[in-house]
Amino acid sequence: MEMITSLLAGILFATGIYNLLQKQLLRIVIGTALISHGAHLFILTMGKLKRGNPPIIVEGVENYVDPLPQALILTSIVISFGVTSFLLVLAYRAAKTNDTDNMDELRGNENE
Amino acid sequence: MSNLAVLPILLPLLAGIIVAFFNTKLTAVRLFSRVVAILNLIVVSYIGWDVYQNGTIILETGGWKAPYGIVLVGDMLAMLLVITTNIIAVACVFFASKSLSDKKESYYFYTFFFLLITGVSGAFLTGDLFNLFVFFEVLLMASYGLIVLGGEKVQLRESLKYVLLNLFSSMLFVTVISFLYSVVGTVNMAQVAERVQEVEQKGILTTIGILLFFVFATKAAVFPLYYWLPKSYIVPNPVVSALFGALLTKVGIYSILRTFTIIFHHEVDITHQLFLWLAALTMLFGVIGALSTHNIKLIVAYNIIPAVGFMLMGIALFTETSVAGTVYYLIHDMIVKGALFLLVGAIAILAGTSDLRKMNGLIHHYPVIGWLFFIASITLAGIPPFSGFIGKILLMQGGLEEDQYAVVIIGLLTSLLILFSMIRIFIQGFWGEKDETFTPNKKGARGFTWPIAFLVFFSIYLGAGAETVYPIVEEISKSLLDPTQYIESVLKE
Repeated sequence: MEMITSLLAGILFATGIYNLLQKQLLRIVIGTALISHGAHLFILTMGKLKRGNPPIIVEGVENYVDPLPQALILTSIVISFGVTSFLLVLAYRAAKTNDTDNMDELRGNENE
Repeated sequence: MSNLAVLPILLPLLAGIIVAFFNTKLTAVRLFSRVVAILNLIVVSYIGWDVYQNGTIILETGGWKAPYGIVLVGDMLAMLLVITTNIIAVACVFFASKSLSDKKESYYFYTFFFLLITGVSGAFLTGDLFNLFVFFEVLLMASYGLIVLGGEKVQLRESLKYVLLNLFSSMLFVTVISFLYSVVGTVNMAQVAERVQEVEQKGILTTIGILLFFVFATKAAVFPLYYWLPKSYIVPNPVVSALFGALLTKVGIYSILRTFTIIFHHEVDITHQLFLWLAALTMLFGVIGALSTHNIKLIVAYNIIPAVGFMLMGIALFTETSVAGTVYYLIHDMIVKGALFLLVGAIAILAGTSDLRKMNGLIHHYPVIGWLFFIASITLAGIPPFSGFIGKILLMQGGLEEDQYAVVIIGLLTSLLILFSMIRIFIQGFWGEKDETFTPNKKGARGFTWPIAFLVFFSIYLGAGAETVYPIVEEISKSLLDPTQYIESVLKE
């Protein structure tokens, strides 16, 4: 199970970086979203995958899931949600003001 | 256990939330922000004094015991940096109303400003790696808001790159933390340090350390990851540039300093040797950038990069003298970069252009700003008796003790070129014939002068009054090189 999720995280990272290196703005935003999904999946995998157990320590119960990765993912998801939505608005405004969504044309000149 | 440690985070956070509700009532908001900024400076100075007298203060948030919950660690290094941050905040809050238009101010400038201070203070104070990531995001979110404030064409274009790059490095940060968690099973810095020490930093941990270095190096603008910095730092308003230039890259350097003295210090031959060469290259490429342009804002922005190189050099050499040099340089650089960004911002507004070739004889119109700029420039270059000199002499001394002559020579050469790049602005912009057709804006200049003079005063004090500051820095350097102190103060309550 860990193997599969690790591979999936790797695929998400790879496709995310491929999209990040494109010229179209929207693709880049999608790329960042994919990378953050990969990172979240990776955190979950790193906390060891155990199914069917609660993340709560009760006295006498030996079998429980590590609650920390879940807390970390929750925080990280909220943050990346916020940043991605901000990035979408920013990309929209930037593309509208600069009349292009091509990163090559958004490079800018030295003196202006 | 002391609740004092949370105040430097809580006060600006509350202030930021309160001013968000009154964004259109500018007079009240300005007054309130100024009062809170000064109050905050007094509070953190008091906490700093308390830490100096009674030792590190630890706050286990929510009453969760040390390795399980999030801890805030107010040690001398963190407090010194928080105090410096608040000094810059006071100068910037007084400068803001002079350089921003009313409209920009009412678009939540003060909210973002206070949230930025919250994030920076939090990043300095936290003792938990994941919490460090969260505070990084807090300060980055605030900085995204500040960098697009105004929404000009150039701003939108450059902020896009800034946001994308920071987003990518944040995601890398999360990934690295989860790597580290899977290996050592904790994210509490003191416990990570303890466990890394137990296994004597095996190969995988060194790899994780270097990955972590790349994350922080992106934020700190170390060679070859600095290309995003200069342009994105000059597009926003001068006061925002000053906050960015003074605080943001320094948080990255602080994180490198913290992690690579307390946690990853067992394989110095691999990690710190790499840092040394990166430091030398950072200095050289940064200063070449500064010499390559005629835009005064860009010259100052490029000058951030060699400063990062100097601080990294101190960490790389890893001796008591050199780490003390890094800490001294860190404080000096925060203040002097704040002052310089405010100065070039003021000059650009007063002269109506930021192109050096179009300026001439400004000293006849604005003598005070001219001389303040001169002092700030030679402070940056490290001419005695100003503060840059103390930091640099410690770094050079550390380099000579370790027989790293090549890096010392590069460092000295870089200092000379920094001086050249700054004095070029002074000579071309301020010297020369008085332009009689130019009508100076004396009233505007006076408004700019006070906040800048405030920062320059601290800069001079750090140089001339080094005797009062140096013992504290030496103490910090000793505690950084002896991580058991930090580990014990956090884990043994």
